[in-house]
Amino acid sequence: MAVTERIAEATREEVRRSLSGRRRDGRETAFSLVLLLTLVVALAVLVVLLLDVARTAVPLLKERGGQVLGNGYSSLPQNAGIKQGLVGSLYLMVFVLVLAVPLGIGAAIYMEEYARDTKLARFINTNIRNLAGVPAIVYGILGFAVFVQLLKPVTGPGTVEGKSLLAGGLTISLMVLPIIIITTQEALRSVPKSIREGGFGVGATRWEVIRSHVLPSAAPGILTGSVLAMARALGETAPLIMVGAVTGFLATPGGILASLQQRFTSLPTLIFAYVKKPEPQFQDLAAAAILVLMVLIFVVNLGAILMRNRYERKW
Amino acid sequence: MAQAAIDSRITTEVLRGNPARLRRERAMRSLFFSAAFLSVVISAGIVFSLAGGAFDFLRKVNLSTLWSAGWFPRNNLFDVKTILAGTVIVAAIAMVVAAPLVLGAALYLSEYANPRARRFLKPILETLASVPSVVMGFFALAVISPDIVQRFFGSSVPLFNLMAAGLGVGLLVTPLVASVAEDAMHAVPDALREAAFGLGARRRTSSIRVVVPAAVSGITASIILGISRAVGETMIVAIVAGGTGGSLFNLNPLRGGQTMTAAITALATGSDQVRGAGPAYPSLFFVGLLLFGMTLGLNLLSERFVRRVRRQF
Repeated sequence: MAVTERIAEATREEVRRSLSGRRRDGRETAFSLVLLLTLVVALAVLVVLLLDVARTAVPLLKERGGQVLGNGYSSLPQNAGIKQGLVGSLYLMVFVLVLAVPLGIGAAIYMEEYARDTKLARFINTNIRNLAGVPAIVYGILGFAVFVQLLKPVTGPGTVEGKSLLAGGLTISLMVLPIIIITTQEALRSVPKSIREGGFGVGATRWEVIRSHVLPSAAPGILTGSVLAMARALGETAPLIMVGAVTGFLATPGGILASLQQRFTSLPTLIFAYVKKPEPQFQDLAAAAILVLMVLIFVVNLGAILMRNRYERKW
Repeated sequence: MAQAAIDSRITTEVLRGNPARLRRERAMRSLFFSAAFLSVVISAGIVFSLAGGAFDFLRKVNLSTLWSAGWFPRNNLFDVKTILAGTVIVAAIAMVVAAPLVLGAALYLSEYANPRARRFLKPILETLASVPSVVMGFFALAVISPDIVQRFFGSSVPLFNLMAAGLGVGLLVTPLVASVAEDAMHAVPDALREAAFGLGARRRTSSIRVVVPAAVSGITASIILGISRAVGETMIVAIVAGGTGGSLFNLNPLRGGQTMTAAITALATGSDQVRGAGPAYPSLFFVGLLLFGMTLGLNLLSERFVRRVRRQF
């Protein structure tokens, strides 16, 4: 009967609405607005920060953009620029790419593919997780003690006293290594077992299975993780300060190999040095450098996210 | 039947496999193992360099100076409670700022935002977590300290104060902690929420009375992670907390102060840079050891909470 049907439908509708928790009253709306406000505040801080930085930096860049980007460090604010910071950061990224990424991937492959559940394997695993949580400055102390002091003849003989690009690059690579290991482990873990078993089934050895099946499948995740780690390394300052980046600036022209044992700097440490100076023009320069750094980091992060969305495979 | 031309005898040589392949397999395995073992070497390096320097310091220092008026390395005053107080005050202010923002933002994203908004907002949150601390330090010096702290607390507050550092660290830490807390809340099975709705609960009731208690281990883990990050934060305090040249024991956040992390940077390169045979130089290893111990303890505690979450679901 029509009446019963309509009642049944109304009840169904009521039940459906109740099960979604959508009972709206004044306090509910107020509550959700308060929560939304906290989210907006948390997100808006960055926007406010960037706008504030841009307010100073954009006019400066429009006025002397080429000079700012092209000049090196100088004690006169009208001549100073950020080129050495940019170049230094770039060189440090090369270190991360060449040292930390292969070592990190190798370590993750061992932990995920080869290691059996022994005490040693669990110890290494815990160890890696603890290393990921160690503050950056402790890595700076390690770099200072080992690369600057202990390995002084190798990293920076002469007046450099060990505070060279080599020491800085090694320190940053060590810092970023645990992050790369963990993200690569997750990428490898997401490859289903059946893929590996297909390889084993035709008689391949473990390395052959990894090389031909697991790595290509996990490549997008590994790539994303490494790129995100590099973005993190771009912004790090504390460990580089400990290894001498503030007091030294790239003095040598010529490529990265020539500067390995020379003093170095990076964009974040340059920002730190400029911020510490009292003259307001240096503060403006710091703002310009911050804008460049944020754009760089943002582009790298965006690249990683886009790569992940494009190449991600859903098993 | 024609005999098969292939010799079908199975010998032990055949079963043993191609030696070159096996050699390569063993080589790759040891290569990867050494990469993994490198992490242990790094840990050992950290512990040994910190312990060695700290031991050197404790040998050289006059132990009574570890409880004195303030932290003045150049004058041989190494009052540990000064730098500890600085670190604790900054971390406490940071968490007071961060905790409500984190809980609110995470709760909204996990319970109230529709899936499309969440897919859009979550990456933004994760991108925010990658703001470098030196950038936030600049913001703290240029905006937070003059426009917020000095305006709110009066003009007698110096430009370099612990409150501004604490606010900066709190804002820096919020996106990271919110992301982890939101993951914890989102992982609570829908069945629990639907059970609450089925009993007639409103969304806020189910959020506060069901989801948050279910996710409390994950939320606690994220907050402890935030504290650990705040304790280890260096650049913001180095820029805006003051304390260059040393500082007296100070519990007032509206004054300058010194934290453990800023003390280490000052000893290595900044105003307190000393070299030579005295206890001032190795004091940085001593402080580093303290810092390492604190953050290690916090991280292990956080991991214990994460393991509890995994056991529940």
